[in-house]
Amino acid sequence: MERSKSKKHFVWPDLAFKEFLTIIALTIILIIWGLLMNAPLREMAAPERSENPSKAPWYFAGLQELLVYFDPWIAGVMIPVIIAAGLIIIPYIDTNPNGRGSYTFSLRRFAVINFLFGFLLWWGLIFIGYFLRGPNWQLYLPWESWGTVKETENYLWSLSPAIGLVCIAVYFGAGILLPPLMSIDLYLLYGSLRYVIVMTLILLMYAVPLKIFLRLAFNIKYVLVTSWFNL
Amino acid sequence: MIEKFWNKLTGSQLCKSIFRHGYEDTTRNRALQVRSNVFLHLHPVSVPEHAFKIRFTWCMGGITFFLFLVEAFTGVFLMFYYHPIPEFAYHDMKYLEFDIPFGIILRNIHRWAAHLMVFTIILHMLRVFLTGSYKPPREFNWVVGVVLIVLTFLLSFTGYLLPWDQLSYWAITVATNMMGAAPFIGHEGPFSVVNKYNDIRFVVLGSTEIGTNALLRFYVMHIIVLPAAAIIFMAVHFWRIRKDGGISGPL
Repeated sequence: MERSKSKKHFVWPDLAFKEFLTIIALTIILIIWGLLMNAPLREMAAPERSENPSKAPWYFAGLQELLVYFDPWIAGVMIPVIIAAGLIIIPYIDTNPNGRGSYTFSLRRFAVINFLFGFLLWWGLIFIGYFLRGPNWQLYLPWESWGTVKETENYLWSLSPAIGLVCIAVYFGAGILLPPLMSIDLYLLYGSLRYVIVMTLILLMYAVPLKIFLRLAFNIKYVLVTSWFNL
Repeated sequence: MIEKFWNKLTGSQLCKSIFRHGYEDTTRNRALQVRSNVFLHLHPVSVPEHAFKIRFTWCMGGITFFLFLVEAFTGVFLMFYYHPIPEFAYHDMKYLEFDIPFGIILRNIHRWAAHLMVFTIILHMLRVFLTGSYKPPREFNWVVGVVLIVLTFLLSFTGYLLPWDQLSYWAITVATNMMGAAPFIGHEGPFSVVNKYNDIRFVVLGSTEIGTNALLRFYVMHIIVLPAAAIIFMAVHFWRIRKDGGISGPL
């Protein structure tokens, strides 16, 4: 906390000088980068001839990767919307007053660990989607040729609606109720409504790798099948 | 003689009217340099020591802003050579590459700076989170920041279609098909209340498929609507940094 009383420096010329150097360095980097590497350009767009694989730009490759495990309305719409909404409300649900304006991991373990988990999950999915997916969105390691044809899907099955509903209820029910039963601190820290929102968002986040695991380990396509949508 | 000329120059009415302060290295002039300059005025006159430390700030917010300026600058030049019409767009890329002096470098810098901007804005968010800089009284500025991230993604996304090559066409196909699967407002989504002629995908593409209308819509969004929105949110973002207690740090 000593930082707030720390010495102040003039912006001109101390900081302005540093900023100026950064701008020059970045400009040089961009010019060299632009000279050495050409921006990608394939043949002209041809609606009748689809690309295989047709990949989204890298920053969306993570969402595209999720299409393997989730229906498009979840991977492409619900997950991004929940991520954006979840990010927006972070300041209003994280009421922990510690670590304001400094790197203090020890006082904010819960917040930092969960945020970093989501952050790394996002990059992990991008990595797999962008670098490891080949024709028909099959897994190809970097040294494998896209020429070799890979087998498509294994046999996939879904849980019956009743079991699926129970599984989801148990997952969220236990996730929300167990922590207060085991240690009351978390619950008191946030207050009841905040606590439920925090845990719901966190459980939704962990549900993504969990669903991926269920698919890879047990070939489960949907946890819940209904006549309107499948989860 | 040079000194005499210099004194005459800096003492002239013209020079005084532009800079409004002297050049001696005094505290007062250092403060005025920031205060009386509209661009430097983004900064306070002085900042705490940790604001200088790259290992504290990572410099990612400032770099993201600079990359936005690079995008705006190179983007304007690209607009001189680009026609948002399917028959022209792809050939304009080829003109940029083979005919227009420095055209390929212009396009390369625009593309790579865009990628870098997405990367740096994500790192900026990570740094702000790790330093707990969204905590009161800075909550709302975090919200503005999230909006700016979304705008950056949308800017990149709309720009991706413009070269009109196979890469852009099929990437946008993948993305807009997902929109068609949105609940309620997508024609293939659950609880859909629309058809393929009035769903969200149709609104974005101006058609049921990616064609002339889609290219025009993406172009207009890319060059005016989204940058204008980004500029407004950036203005609020920078202003609120000052109002909410200055650069990240304990309050």
